Amino acid sequence: MTRFSAAVHGWLLLLPAMALLVLFTHFPAVATLIDSFYSTPRGRRAAVFIGLDNYQTMVEDPVFWTSLVNSLWFALGTIPLSIALAILTALWVNDRIVGRTLVRMAFFTPTILPMIAVANIWLFFYTPQYGLLEQVLGAFGAPSHNWLGSPSTALICVIVVAIWKEAGFFMIFYLAALQQIPPHLGEAAALEGASRWTFFRRVQFPLLMPTTLFVLVNAVIGAFRTIDHIVVMTRGGPDNATSLLLYHLYQVGFSFWDTGYAAAITAVLLALLAALAFGQYFFLERRVHYR
Amino acid sequence: MSGPTRIDPYEPRGLGRIAESAGAGLLAFLWVLPLLYALWTAFHPSEFSARFTLDAPLSLENFSRAWAAAPFARYFLNSFLLVSLILVSQFVLCTLAAYAFARYEFPGREVAFMLVLVQLMIMPDVLIVENYRTMSRLGILDSIPAIALPYIASAFGVFLLRQTFKTVPKELDDAARVEGANALQVLLKVYVPLARPVYIAYGLVSVSYHWNNFLWPLIVTNSVESRPLTVGLQVFSSGDQGIDWSVICAATLLTSAPLLLAFLLFQRQFVQSFMRAGIR
Repeated sequence: MTRFSAAVHGWLLLLPAMALLVLFTHFPAVATLIDSFYSTPRGRRAAVFIGLDNYQTMVEDPVFWTSLVNSLWFALGTIPLSIALAILTALWVNDRIVGRTLVRMAFFTPTILPMIAVANIWLFFYTPQYGLLEQVLGAFGAPSHNWLGSPSTALICVIVVAIWKEAGFFMIFYLAALQQIPPHLGEAAALEGASRWTFFRRVQFPLLMPTTLFVLVNAVIGAFRTIDHIVVMTRGGPDNATSLLLYHLYQVGFSFWDTGYAAAITAVLLALLAALAFGQYFFLERRVHYR
Repeated sequence: MSGPTRIDPYEPRGLGRIAESAGAGLLAFLWVLPLLYALWTAFHPSEFSARFTLDAPLSLENFSRAWAAAPFARYFLNSFLLVSLILVSQFVLCTLAAYAFARYEFPGREVAFMLVLVQLMIMPDVLIVENYRTMSRLGILDSIPAIALPYIASAFGVFLLRQTFKTVPKELDDAARVEGANALQVLLKVYVPLARPVYIAYGLVSVSYHWNNFLWPLIVTNSVESRPLTVGLQVFSSGDQGIDWSVICAATLLTSAPLLLAFLLFQRQFVQSFMRAGIR
């Protein structure tokens, strides 16, 4: 095969996938940036160039800021706890505990269920008066509380659901990584008289660093792109207490149909995702290589 | 790696093992509690939806009421068509692209690969406004292909298959070509069979993802004829049913049932697939 025909073959094989990628990833990403400088076309009025007006609207939009802060709290609340739980459960399941398979299955099950379905179940769980949470707390004499209906607790409730959904998924990566750690390391540490905790902190945890990086990247992306549970459980309420950035974008784009402003929010979301990816990559790269 | 007789010195024994098992068991129980709660509610008459007594009669009435109250049969069909369409298209497109990246030298290959990887960060889930506009221009809003299109060229699939194809020994490829096979035959006879476990893993992950996907289908669909199950469930449970939790729980379990059953039957396969697909 000549170099020329190899090149033609290569590009022909690539063409179908590349065409769809350009149409539904690259083009929309660029179009978002351009559209964010144009007004929203309404009826016969075409979009006109308005410079940074959409971004000005954004800066002055209190719901945007609330959503941004909520998203950060949501990420901060979800990620460390689900990673900690994932490590803990992976350590447990890695040991020869009683009912190991059942335990592993229990933790992993939420991963394969539709978020929309589990959000309905959790909605019921949090229901005032006769939801399970209220019943259990009521049995201990706690006063009734509308968990999803109060701005102070709604976001926490949503975070709990996200942790519950994700931790088991992350667990399997830690489990796989733990099984890769050579057993002689444990034997050597035991000979040195290291405690279980020291062995974990000095040997296992550092060796799990590449997994942690991988899980972290996934968790951050997940925190910014999952809003199924918000749509079901709170619709961003009460008083925007659970409005995440993507949810606000969804509202602006498909409830208010303000596509120009929605493009500006998308641009910010994309910038945020890109910055996080680079930040994580460069910040953690140094710590990941343990050899 | 280690022989079966090797003992982990940090493996808890005796009382420690019992304590650890109890802790793990307790947390696992808490983990499935919401699910057990939904099962209880769905399989008992609604007056028992928040009362736990041993003599509560079992009943399938909630399921039949849910099934009758919304076109779930149609939703199931839509979801099935959607998932199949995506899976088959992904397999074909990603296989071709991965083969090109793994085994062809052509100008612009590295740039093209970078352009593919961009999708790992900029997912279709975020580009909803522009993609909606594109679907509207194409005139295919409110159709199953409109839900599928943004996901078909999957960077993740291309990446995963490329890694696998690269591990196929070049000698096998050469041998097949000496036998007179053309490029496509080599791909189908040598590469695809060797990558079978990866296809299974990727397939399971893709099916789970798209069976469960919600936001984009919610945006592009508008009628019973194109709505997948997740959107149908949301329309049903937020509609004017009143809040009958028993029926909603039944509908919720119906929606999750295919994947849940598959998972319970092929647990190991699922866990390994998610793991294999995750560690790239």
